[in-house]
Amino acid sequence: MEHIELFFKSIFIDNMVFATFLGMCSYLAVSKKVSTAVGLGAAVIFVLAITVPLNWLLDQYILQPGALSWLGDEYASYDLSFLSFIMFIATIATMVQLVEIIVEKFSPSLYNSLGIFLPLIAVNCAILGGSLFMQSREIPTLGLSAVYGVGSGIGWFLAILAIAAIREKIRYSSVPPALRGLGITFIITGLMAIGFMSFGGMLTGGDEEAKSDEKTAATEVIKEDVKSDTEVKTNLDVAENLNK
Amino acid sequence: MGKDSRLILDPLADNNPITIQVLGICSALAITAELEASIVMSISVLFVLGVGNVVISLMRNIIPSKIRIIVQLIVVATLVIIVDLVLKAFAYELSKTLSVFVGLIITNCIIMGRFEAFALGNGPWRSFLDGIGNALGYGIILIIVGFFRELLGSGTLLGFPVLGDPIEKTGLYALGYENNGFMLLSPMALIVVGIIIWVQRTRNKALIED
Repeated sequence: MEHIELFFKSIFIDNMVFATFLGMCSYLAVSKKVSTAVGLGAAVIFVLAITVPLNWLLDQYILQPGALSWLGDEYASYDLSFLSFIMFIATIATMVQLVEIIVEKFSPSLYNSLGIFLPLIAVNCAILGGSLFMQSREIPTLGLSAVYGVGSGIGWFLAILAIAAIREKIRYSSVPPALRGLGITFIITGLMAIGFMSFGGMLTGGDEEAKSDEKTAATEVIKEDVKSDTEVKTNLDVAENLNK
Repeated sequence: MGKDSRLILDPLADNNPITIQVLGICSALAITAELEASIVMSISVLFVLGVGNVVISLMRNIIPSKIRIIVQLIVVATLVIIVDLVLKAFAYELSKTLSVFVGLIITNCIIMGRFEAFALGNGPWRSFLDGIGNALGYGIILIIVGFFRELLGSGTLLGFPVLGDPIEKTGLYALGYENNGFMLLSPMALIVVGIIIWVQRTRNKALIED
């Protein structure tokens, strides 16, 4: 249940593109045609599914404060978390290179469709962002981190597929000249992000601290309303009891 | 000298990294709900890009081209760790707001883009100017977006209430003005940048894509 919840949450609610703007550079640059968008999207899912669990292991057993205690008690007080950026990016860069070599060796057809996108991916913010969010959200188990990686990859894939399809169609519309190309793409992405915000109601409860102050203020107001309602109710109950 | 000053001035407008080269969008959008965060982010990028460009430019003749991406990533990552630690030490609250986006300077496409396109082929001084110019161009957009989002979204600038007090209904609020909380949400950043691009391209027809 936990896994399914995290899976859908990372696809829709915390969508990489629409909620956190990760991987926008390649999202904007490679979304002119649906076929290339699919290739890049698939490569992102693939690399995220490998690097997020790998970086989770790295984080648990090397980087976190006290993570080195498996080496012996004298290492238990070490805190290497300041190294996480450099370790994560090195893992990602080498993994991308390694995946490229392995895919080329064992599946030339997959290499032909993914190959040109793989080097691009080492510097895609979505990949590093996936690992950094995995670390900052303190995902508890290896299984969940893999689910998180795959889920955010699929979310990114959906986003780039959608924008590529829209951009192919919008070529036939008369957009104001100054907005053509980049400008309209930004505004469409903004509108899509507003649409994706409505998924926020899909899972209620949990993740309360991530909500903005305004939202908490609003919920407080609602709570107060509820409170006054319950007060009214209890008063009514009392009144009824008295009547009896 | 004229040539060198172009290195700084060009990226500010007609070759702006965000609106024209489409680089470094991620962080530009995610952290601009407050002006202060935008300014700090711009300064961080200014430091990383200025220093990084010089370092890469000094090493340009000894980096084997096959592994240059990894070398560049390590240089950026080291500089970003410095920025991150400095922020944590002197502006802890702000570093919480910026959260993972400080780390994401590493994969900010502006930085890799400038390393690849400029620092690998030019001397340290010119690379430094190019880095500063591009970081300033990036910073300008960030600050414009941050300015409008904070002003319209919460009625403050750098935390100071410039439009009056929304609760006691003073200043502009006495006239019935309300804050647009929607400006603080992430989709509006995209739309604000879209509008900036629109304005810029309307003023300079040469930039229009077809």
